[in-house]
Amino acid sequence: MAEYQNIFTRVQVTAPPYPGVPLPNDGSIGGRDGKPFLAHLIGKFGDAQIGPIYLGWTGLTSILFGFIAFEIIGLNMLASVGWNWIEFVRQLPWLALEPPPPSYGLSFPPLNQGGWWLIAGFFLTSSVLLWWLRTYQRAKAHGMGPHVSWAFGAAIWLYLVLGFFRPILMGSWGEAVPFGIFPHLDWTAAFSIRYGNLFYNPFHMLSIAFLYGATLLFAMHGATILAVSRYGGERELEQIVDRGTASERAALFWRWTMGFNGTMESVHRWAWWFAVLCPITGGIGILLTGTVVDNWYLWGIKHHIVAAYPAVWAPTVDPATLPGAQP
Amino acid sequence: MSQTGYRMKTLLALATSGILLAGCERPPVEDVQHGFRGTGMVQVYNPRIVAEQAAHNAVPAAQPAAAEGGPIAGTIYQNVKVLGGLSIGEFNRTMLAMTSWVAPKEGCAYCHNPANLAEDSKYQKVVARRMLEMTQHINSTWKPHVQETGVTCYTCHRGQPVPANIWYTEADNTAQGAMGNRAGQNRAAAAINLSALPGDPFTPFLLNAEPIRIEGTTALPPGNRKSIKQGEWTYALMTHMSQSLGVNCTYCHNSRQFADWTQSPPQRAVAWHGIRMARELNKDYLQSLTDVFPKERKGPLGDVAKLNCATCHQGAYKPLYGAPMLKDYVTALAAPIPAPEVAPPAAAPAEGVAPPAETSSTQAPTVATDKTAKPSG
Repeated sequence: MAEYQNIFTRVQVTAPPYPGVPLPNDGSIGGRDGKPFLAHLIGKFGDAQIGPIYLGWTGLTSILFGFIAFEIIGLNMLASVGWNWIEFVRQLPWLALEPPPPSYGLSFPPLNQGGWWLIAGFFLTSSVLLWWLRTYQRAKAHGMGPHVSWAFGAAIWLYLVLGFFRPILMGSWGEAVPFGIFPHLDWTAAFSIRYGNLFYNPFHMLSIAFLYGATLLFAMHGATILAVSRYGGERELEQIVDRGTASERAALFWRWTMGFNGTMESVHRWAWWFAVLCPITGGIGILLTGTVVDNWYLWGIKHHIVAAYPAVWAPTVDPATLPGAQP
Repeated sequence: MSQTGYRMKTLLALATSGILLAGCERPPVEDVQHGFRGTGMVQVYNPRIVAEQAAHNAVPAAQPAAAEGGPIAGTIYQNVKVLGGLSIGEFNRTMLAMTSWVAPKEGCAYCHNPANLAEDSKYQKVVARRMLEMTQHINSTWKPHVQETGVTCYTCHRGQPVPANIWYTEADNTAQGAMGNRAGQNRAAAAINLSALPGDPFTPFLLNAEPIRIEGTTALPPGNRKSIKQGEWTYALMTHMSQSLGVNCTYCHNSRQFADWTQSPPQRAVAWHGIRMARELNKDYLQSLTDVFPKERKGPLGDVAKLNCATCHQGAYKPLYGAPMLKDYVTALAAPIPAPEVAPPAAAPAEGVAPPAETSSTQAPTVATDKTAKPSG
C-alpha cells in the first residue's frame, strides 16, 4: 500500500506531460523543443516530467563556449600527462591548467605559459555570462521576476572578482585561480597564507556567516514546511495571502522555541538574501585582499579584533635577525 | 518494496560509505596540547601509526668500546684522510659501525677493494669519505639544529647504502609541445604529502636560497610583491617539513599568523637552522660529489642525490626520537679530527670542540660555515 511520507516518500504523483503556458514570442530560433515525457527515476528527486527544452541563441552559444573552455582545460590536462588516458583518469584530481607566471603581468603570454588559461577563461566567462542572460530572458518571457538571475549574478560576481577584477587590480594574471580540482583548493589555502590569514578579513567573516546562515535557514524552512504539510503547509503561496492552520502552527512553533517567527512570505526573502550575500560579501573581501590590505592578521591587530592570550613559552627570536645569520 | 530490494539498497549504502571513507585514517586519534588551551595548538597522533614508526626508529646497539691506547691509524694504514687521527682500535670500531649502518648486507667490499683496502678505486669509498667529513661538520658546526644529540651515518642510512629519502632536481616542466605545462606542480608527489603543490620545493629552497617568507610585515600593501604562486612553493616546502617530522603546522607555527616569530613555538627556530643546514650540506657536500657518482646514481638532469628534512627525520619529530647515538662515536664523528702528523695548530681545531663562531660577541646561536671544506677524495 503506497503511503505518503514527509521525508522519504515512496509515492510519486504523476500527471500527463504538459508543454507549458503559450508564450507570445514562441517559435523564434531555437525555441521550445521536444515532446515532453515522464521519467520515474527523475521523479524520485523532482518532477518526473522531462522537456520540453528551450535553449535559444544564448543557451546554444553558452553551451558551445562552455564546451570550448572545457576542451581547452581537459586537453591541457591530458597533454600534461603525455596524452596518456590512464594517467589522465588516475591523476585527474591533481591536474590543472595554471594561470601565467606573475612575471607576465597583464600581457598575453605564450600559449603554454598561461595563454591557454586566458583563452579558456575568456570562453568560460562568456559561457557563464550568456547563461546568465538566458536565465534573465527566460524569466522575463514567462512573466516571472528576475530573482534567479540576480542570485546567479551574485555567484558570477565572486567568480569575476577571483579571475578578472582582482588580477587586473593586482596587475598580474598570475594572481588568478588555476582550473583544477585539488589545485584550486591549494590555491585557496595559499591565498590565505600569503595574505596573512583570511579569517581576519571582516568580509570573509560576513561571507561565512551568510553561508552557514543560508544553510541553516534552508534547513529550518524545509523542515517547517514538511512538518506542516499534513495541514497543506506546502501550499505556501496560498498561505501567504490566506493564512491557514499550517501557517499558524508553524508560526506558533517558532514563537515558542525561538521567540519570533518569519512569515510564509518573508522567510523566502531571508533565504534569498542570505544566499546572495554570501558571494557578494565574499567577493568584496577577495577584492580588498592584496589591493587594499596585504596582511589581514596585522590589519586585525591594528583594529583590535585579534584576541590576546597568554604566551606559554618565551617569545621565539627570528634567527634571521641575529648577527651573522645566513639569509 | 521487496526484501531483495532492501538488501540491495543496504549493500549499496555500505559500499558507498566504504568508498567515501577509503581515503580516511582509521581512528583512534590522540591530540596533544602544544600551546595555550583552546587555540587549536595541538599535535595530532594516531597511536597505531606511531607504533609502526617506533619500530622503524629503533636504535641499533653500539659497537663495543675500543681498547685504550694503541698506535694511531694514520701511521699504520695507507690513504686514511679523515679518520687518520684515531687510535687503530677506534678506527676499526668506526669502520665496523659504518658497515652495519650503511652496508650490512654488502659488507666491507661495498666500499673497499678487498685485495687492497687502501685504494680509492670504488666510488662508494670516495663518497663515504666525504660523508664522514659531512657528519663531522654537522656535529661540530650545526649544533643550533642537531644540538648534542648529533647525527651518525645511521641517522639517514638505516642499514641501506642509499638513504630512503633523497631527491633530485625536477625537469623544469613536463610540457608536451604547446600544451600541458604543469608549472612544476599538480601531480601527487610523495615528498609533499601527495598534494597538488609544487613537487620540487627543494631546488629553490634547500639548494638555492630563494626567499621562503611570503607574508608582508605591514597591514597595508606597499612593499610586498610576493605572489600567491610563490606562496604555493613555500606551502610545498612546509608541507614537506610537516610530513617529514610527522607533526602538524602548529609544531612550529601559531597558525593564526604563520609569519609571526614572537608567538611561534621554539621548535621553529630549530627548523630554521635545519633549512640552512640542508641547504649548505646539499651545496658543499653532496654537490661536490657530482663527478664521483656514476650516471645510474644521478637524477634525470644529471645531478646527485640530495637530502631534505625526510632524509634524517623519516617521519619522527626528532630523528630516531632524539636517541643520542653520537655519544658512542664522539671520537670519530663529533668533529674533524686533527691529522696524525704535526700540522699547524690553527688549521685543525681540537677534537670535540667546535670551530670558533664568527661572531663570538653574542650568545645567540650563530652558524659558522665551513667554506674551506673541499672533497679530499
